[in-house]
Amino acid sequence: MITIKKVASKAILASATTIFYANSAWALLPIQHWTEPNGAKVWLVESPVIPMVDVQIDFDAGSRRDPAGQAGLASAVANMASKGVKAAGAEPALDENALGEAWADLGASFEASADNDALHYSLRSLTDPPLLDKASRLAARQIGEPSWPADVWPRDRARWIASLKEANTRPATVAAHAFAAAVYGSHPYGTRATEDTLMRIQVADMQAFHTQLVASCRAKVSIVGAVSRAQAQTLVATLLSRLPASTGCAPLPPVGEIAALTAPVEQNIPFASAQAHVLIGQPGFARRDPDFLALLVGNHILGGGGFVSRLTSEVREKRGLSYSVYSYFAGGLHAGAFTVGLQTRPDQAAQAVQVSRDVISRYVAEGPTEAELRAAKDNLIGGFALRIDSNKKLLGNVANIAWNDLPLNYLDEWTKKVEALTVADVRAAMARKLQPERMVTVVVGGKP
Amino acid sequence: MGAGAGFFLKKLNIGGFLESVHSMKRAFTLLALAASLCAGAALADTTPVSQPNPSAPATASGAQQFTLKNGMQLIVQPDHRAPTAVHMLWVRVGSMDEVDGTTGVAHVLEHMMFKGSKTVKPGDFSRQVAALGGRENAFTSRDYTGYFQQIPSHRLEDVMRLEADRFANNQWPDEEFKKEIEVVKEERRLRTEDQPRALLAEQLFATTFIASPYRRPIVGWMSDLDAMTPEDVRAFHRQWYAPANAAVVVAGDVDVKKVRALAEKYYGSLPARAVPARKPRTEPEQRGLRRIAVKAPAEQSYVALAFRTPGLERVENLDANDRDALALMVLAAVFSGYDGARLDRALTQGDNRVADTVSSGAMVTGRGPSLFMLTGVPAQGKTAAQVEEALRAEVARVAQGGVSEAELNRVKTQWIASTVYERDSVMNQAQELGGNWAQGFPLDANEKLLALLRTVTPAEVQAVAARYFGDDQLTAATLLPQPLDAPRARPTLPPGTAIR
Repeated sequence: MITIKKVASKAILASATTIFYANSAWALLPIQHWTEPNGAKVWLVESPVIPMVDVQIDFDAGSRRDPAGQAGLASAVANMASKGVKAAGAEPALDENALGEAWADLGASFEASADNDALHYSLRSLTDPPLLDKASRLAARQIGEPSWPADVWPRDRARWIASLKEANTRPATVAAHAFAAAVYGSHPYGTRATEDTLMRIQVADMQAFHTQLVASCRAKVSIVGAVSRAQAQTLVATLLSRLPASTGCAPLPPVGEIAALTAPVEQNIPFASAQAHVLIGQPGFARRDPDFLALLVGNHILGGGGFVSRLTSEVREKRGLSYSVYSYFAGGLHAGAFTVGLQTRPDQAAQAVQVSRDVISRYVAEGPTEAELRAAKDNLIGGFALRIDSNKKLLGNVANIAWNDLPLNYLDEWTKKVEALTVADVRAAMARKLQPERMVTVVVGGKP
Repeated sequence: MGAGAGFFLKKLNIGGFLESVHSMKRAFTLLALAASLCAGAALADTTPVSQPNPSAPATASGAQQFTLKNGMQLIVQPDHRAPTAVHMLWVRVGSMDEVDGTTGVAHVLEHMMFKGSKTVKPGDFSRQVAALGGRENAFTSRDYTGYFQQIPSHRLEDVMRLEADRFANNQWPDEEFKKEIEVVKEERRLRTEDQPRALLAEQLFATTFIASPYRRPIVGWMSDLDAMTPEDVRAFHRQWYAPANAAVVVAGDVDVKKVRALAEKYYGSLPARAVPARKPRTEPEQRGLRRIAVKAPAEQSYVALAFRTPGLERVENLDANDRDALALMVLAAVFSGYDGARLDRALTQGDNRVADTVSSGAMVTGRGPSLFMLTGVPAQGKTAAQVEEALRAEVARVAQGGVSEAELNRVKTQWIASTVYERDSVMNQAQELGGNWAQGFPLDANEKLLALLRTVTPAEVQAVAARYFGDDQLTAATLLPQPLDAPRARPTLPPGTAIR
């Protein structure tokens, strides 16, 4: 076991060293990319100043691959990654508590999670070699050799179901569920774990899901931190070392696309709450869409850009109707939703819906003004460095490039491409993606 | 503790930016540990000023502190990894400085600071910050109010000019207030009234404290928001936004000398004036257990136990109470600082587990009284009373059997590592420096605190577990779940059902 003194001396040394590395001559740190012999694809940014490293490993094993009727399986697999590892050779099995203690003793953290598209494993560790070596070997066991303890799943499932029931007492949850069902239809993006689906998941299902989808040759590994390429290669090899040798990664079956809405949907769901929750939207676009940047800028002006967006101005600043009002596109591998959201006193909900719809319709019809586009570009381009000014933010960007197969110079070109957009580009892109006359509107709150 | 306890923000960050950031679950930071929810005893009005000594940085990380000529403080933390900077203005005034009838005014003022100055029109502050490539927000706690912009570092002077202007010259027409107060009421509805556990926290504080202003919610009572006038807000600004009651914190890719010159120009030139005297409003000793029930629509019950404890008033020349506060911080980490820590193991595992989730927290820093919190959500079929009993049994177990060296080393290791991870975020660095200033700690408080925590012994942890967890200093709050008013208001859609 690593002693406190040892970790302490390393950390103190680290703080002292940092100052000497500091350098004002700033440039975008390059992204290195290669494929490991086991098929894993790696993206690395060497960020040497702070003696720490962040690793994110992504697999095409998100909830969109949950089998029919078993919504929640990907998340269950992620949850079980920290519940125990098998014995291997001289290494004894470890239960959830032994794992928790081991990570605390290392001053490091490891976790797994699933979203619509991906199963993520994340490691954060100091780069002191003995510590990092221990951390990566422990993470490897959790990635490759979880023990799937049979008594833990029923317990965690009960806890999960209880929290779902609790969440269902909140207007925000009810609104989100109704909105997702209406926007996504039967697409997996719209399904969610319920008591029913969780009760259909057994440990054997998790093992099968893991065996099928978590393989080295399917891994996309993003690394940002104070490691060299050679160290990164050792790190990746270690992290994936407990997965069975790949027997070739046949392409996974495609997942169908989200159907466009054919008619507007309006749902008013009575709910006893202090506020009504309003969601307006429709299927948006997949992240790979060539219009991505135009839509990013377009949404920034509409409802994504802090205090100065059109929606904030009309709903909050001019009328005081809502504390929070926003719009966003949730594009992933499929056309994740375009969503406008706000919350307001129930008697003001109709007015807030009308104001928001007017803003959306007018914006889609007319596009931004030259002045709005200029302001958005000033903010996005001027503030570009704010997107990459920490290892954590860099990791998000690198993982984005990795997951979406974006070019390695994506960040280098980003400001240039944003600057090149015209009012016509933005208007056309928004008009291609948004059909205000066929959107879903969900209002949860107020008396029946 | 949820929304009722922490910060109220100018704006929630929902949706937002494209590039997804994958966050680590357990952010074990010193700041999180010494959550400024409540805490240490009241401060003197003047902070001891560390005289700048440019040849020797005041902290190992290179932070320096200066006193501007009107008494305002300047703290600069260089970090040259990227060409960005954080500029923050901290004012040592929060909801604890309010008086009855105008609760929430510190937070309302924070909102109104975005509504203009003598020379900047409503909304133009945000437009100008956006044009600089900046991101901005503001926050109000019980102890302090803060404003910040994250900017490309070469834009520092522009935001300093803007911030100094609204600090000194905040001004807006009444009609702007009339709209914004409605926004604040919506914020209260969103973050408190429709959140059962936040409601419970609000009532718990109102019960735990009688004389201390910590008894009032940061966002304010709804009837006070209803009755608030523009003049209430302006008066609060005039009263508290004095240079000697504020600190500017700049972290990022900046040159200390240049920042100091800019700060003198924009902030140091503002006229000095006296900071009002603060009444101590000392919380009297609690003489017996208090117990409340809070009814709200929910499925799960919830219990929160608040024990009065000493606070950490200083990080140098500690007295016995300060030592106890340190030991309480360690105790909280031993209870729930990592997966599989004591509370998890005892309450949420095994065939007869009583809880679904549990947590603990030592809120021992801040300008008001301190609390040690234990909370839990009962498992299916278990009661809040059983969770309460099990939580207190864990305290008794430490009081009787102590904690192991291994447990202590584990939590200390986490803190040491966290000091490295925290340096990744320029924003975090600025927040820590500002937070330490707000409660009167020296510039290098984090380093001192870490060194102090490393000296805490198992015997000290055992002693505080035995000393502060009796009935008489406890306020216990239980959430009694209520059915939603209208049963048909809860449609449950089978998975995959399309309503189109």
